Amino acid sequence: MNKQYDAIVIGAGHNGLVCAAYLARAGYSTLVIEANKQVGGMAGMRELAPGYAVPACAHLLFLPCAKIMADLSLERHGLRPAAANLDTIALDADGNHLILAGNALRGGALDAADRAAYAQFQNQLRRFAKLLQKTFATRPPRLASGGLADLAALAKLGLSARLLGRDDMRELLRIGALNIHDLLRETFVDERLQGVLGFDAVLGNNLGPRSPGTVLTYLHRLTGQAREGGNGVWTPAGGMGALAQALRASAAAAGAEILTGQPARRVLLERDRAVGVETASGRQINSPVVVSNADPKTTFLKLVGARHLETGFVRRVNNIRMGGKAAKLHLALNGVPVFKALADEQLGQRLVIAPSLNYVERAFDSAKYGECSPEPVMEITIPSARETSLAPKGKHVLSAIVQCAPYDLRGGWEAGRAVFRRRLIDKLVEYAPGIREQVTAAELLAPPDLEQAFNLHGGHWHHGEYSLDQFMMLRPAPGAAQYATPVAGLYLCGAGAHPGGGVMGLAGRNAAAEIMKRERRR
Amino acid sequence: MSVPRARAARPEAPRETARRLLTTPFHERAAALCETNLWSDWKAYTVVDCYTTVEDEYFAIRNATAVFDLSPMTKYRIAGADGLAYLDKLMTRKMSGLTPGRVRYVAWCDDQGHVMDDGTLFHLAEQRWRLCSQERHLDWLLATAQGFKVEIDDESDAVAGLAAQGPTSCRTLQALGLAGVETLRPFQSRAFSFAGMELLASRTGFTGDLGYELWIDPAGAEALWDALFAAGAPYGIRPCGAQALEMARIEAGFIQAGADFAPAVELLRPERGRSPFELGLGWLVDFDKPVFNGRRALLEERKRGSRYRFVRLDIDGNKPGHDAFIYNAKKDLVGHVTSATWAPTAKMNIALASLETPWGRPKDKLWAEIYYNRELEWRRVMAPCRVVAGAFFDPPRRHQTPPAGC
Repeated sequence: MNKQYDAIVIGAGHNGLVCAAYLARAGYSTLVIEANKQVGGMAGMRELAPGYAVPACAHLLFLPCAKIMADLSLERHGLRPAAANLDTIALDADGNHLILAGNALRGGALDAADRAAYAQFQNQLRRFAKLLQKTFATRPPRLASGGLADLAALAKLGLSARLLGRDDMRELLRIGALNIHDLLRETFVDERLQGVLGFDAVLGNNLGPRSPGTVLTYLHRLTGQAREGGNGVWTPAGGMGALAQALRASAAAAGAEILTGQPARRVLLERDRAVGVETASGRQINSPVVVSNADPKTTFLKLVGARHLETGFVRRVNNIRMGGKAAKLHLALNGVPVFKALADEQLGQRLVIAPSLNYVERAFDSAKYGECSPEPVMEITIPSARETSLAPKGKHVLSAIVQCAPYDLRGGWEAGRAVFRRRLIDKLVEYAPGIREQVTAAELLAPPDLEQAFNLHGGHWHHGEYSLDQFMMLRPAPGAAQYATPVAGLYLCGAGAHPGGGVMGLAGRNAAAEIMKRERRR
Repeated sequence: MSVPRARAARPEAPRETARRLLTTPFHERAAALCETNLWSDWKAYTVVDCYTTVEDEYFAIRNATAVFDLSPMTKYRIAGADGLAYLDKLMTRKMSGLTPGRVRYVAWCDDQGHVMDDGTLFHLAEQRWRLCSQERHLDWLLATAQGFKVEIDDESDAVAGLAAQGPTSCRTLQALGLAGVETLRPFQSRAFSFAGMELLASRTGFTGDLGYELWIDPAGAEALWDALFAAGAPYGIRPCGAQALEMARIEAGFIQAGADFAPAVELLRPERGRSPFELGLGWLVDFDKPVFNGRRALLEERKRGSRYRFVRLDIDGNKPGHDAFIYNAKKDLVGHVTSATWAPTAKMNIALASLETPWGRPKDKLWAEIYYNRELEWRRVMAPCRVVAGAFFDPPRRHQTPPAGC
């Protein structure tokens, strides 16, 4: 049995599944091979302890595209929200929490000027994010290619910026390259508000609020809300894994085959073309199109191999910055966690520990020097508060993205893991005093653990930093930024490609569109 | 004949480190013979421009044996099990068939398909090679090594080199005691024993004439010089400086990095680079290889057409066309001269030039716009010129094995 496919997708992360579903619907005979036993990759689930399931990595949906959900009939395939339009609650150690609900602010001791400024700030930045968003659904234009389509795309982008109106365009140009710290300090007085917004700008990245380009990363985060309106943040019924299950069902219904537990060892090359994939078990599967949902370094340096690529390109791939700074904390709790001054029904919201800009900056400072933050920042969710199936009755799971935890921790993670885990629980205790006694199981997935679990070079949350030099037509690197790569027949469809990660699915969809344009099905 | 014993390494010259330029292992000998005291900078080493007169030295190349100190040449040691595969990726030319004892002329490109340099690649022994080039490329060679089991070292300072070029060079080397040297074919190398040291001789050179290059540990350099000049005395041996060599290499039609093309790595404006096709080196490009640096760009160029054409020109008159602009039909500016000289043996006013495509076809009427100076008065002459196929001077002795009379 040596069936030949029109396309093989390496990796059944959400982008890989989206890409496969689109390809299969267009009539390409498509095979997806996934290293892990389950699909979903970083948007999948993980068993923390018997009876306790947690989102393995991403635990909220910020950015999924409604168009993709409609195109792929995800609702028909079982995707529905467990909770939508989640608020963000900026936790305060004294219980004086601040609630960010769309364009509105609630909570105690809030300056009236901040309340007004926040609505204005959100409205304006969402207009800017919308502009960015316009570029997300298409292949990024190439600079200086001389091609008409690329010129038209660039002209459209310029025109959209101009159509913002004079004041908005000026403001966009003013803040575009600013850091989020400066922007927040000139806009708001409330430290909690500054802190939580600054946190949103750096989450998953190797950045502090004072780092250049953090307004851009904040806009990137807002694109989902800008596209879909409201808070945008939601979780699927059945847990995060339900998204991948729906994608899998949609792809399978369209005819795609999905093999799990089949790690890819290498991309098969014939002369300068990709002609298939060899799995770790030595099985060779042929296909004129190979689509990699793996990150760019894994794709080019491991699956293809530096020796099969030209030196200048290898150098650019080496230079992609993708050292992870975010880790994942999972706790099994034997009861409802009690946060100071937080009602039970608020537990299902998004809880953030980032009390001020300086706090967030200091959390980043230590990571710069290879140390874990003594005072870490955290994005906490209690998935079981929205989806009771994730834990036994009356019990709960806590899932938190924590920063900063550098990939190359000084002294190594073998020793560092337990120390940082204790520190994180200590930090939680400041906000939920009884939580330590409720913990029945705990694990910390440091960036090297994420690297291993998801075959993710550097363990970087987004398959590579978001920064101007790794953005749009530069993502992940010149020469591979339009989904096609220097190897004919090999494409990228993961978060390392434009427009990046965040469980958006657009990289997978755009890659499929590019493949359909370039490659014929048999 | 008796050969002087190799001397121990020279004691460091006083205040050596305070000097801007270093001296080669042959410096003492060269300085003793350099009547003009004209020197210039070659890759941070001082080398003789001209020992006596450029004519005398040039004619030694063509009529006797001329000795040129090429120690400052950049040399890289490449070793390892993946060496051949590595070189196949690095170079545009196919490496299979290269065996120990063979030398190959090579060029290499960046990803844009622009030539970084050209040079000679010596296959010294199993899994061991030496690459000689004009420019420094260690960073690029190391970057290219990713994914290969291969080691690369800069051995520029660890190997002293002398070129012995000219019709009597083979007899000179026989007299030096290199038994059987006459059986070396062009682009072949062989190790000999000299004063208890290994002396590598290769039938290579930059003159387009019969000639050899000798490579030895710097400790044996002065002994080699002395023995070589003693052996060559009956054959008219002379030292030769960079000026005479330059005339010979242009007459041979050889290109030089930094003169006839800008090495791609030094360019601020990438479009100023030249591809192998644009330098007359298309024969070095082998698209049968699945990957080599520049392949994608060069395939694209082959489809789209090259921007430039490299030509060898024969210019009317006797005014050397240094830096001349080239016109078609006296009116369209179509290119410029990159190297020029009066060629005494070919008896032609010759130049190497880079023309925009499609110019340089047989039907084109090319003119060189030459400026020259007479007693501080500038004159301009428009001289007709013709494209010459092949080298300006290519004597049979360059290809004969064994060379006539040996």
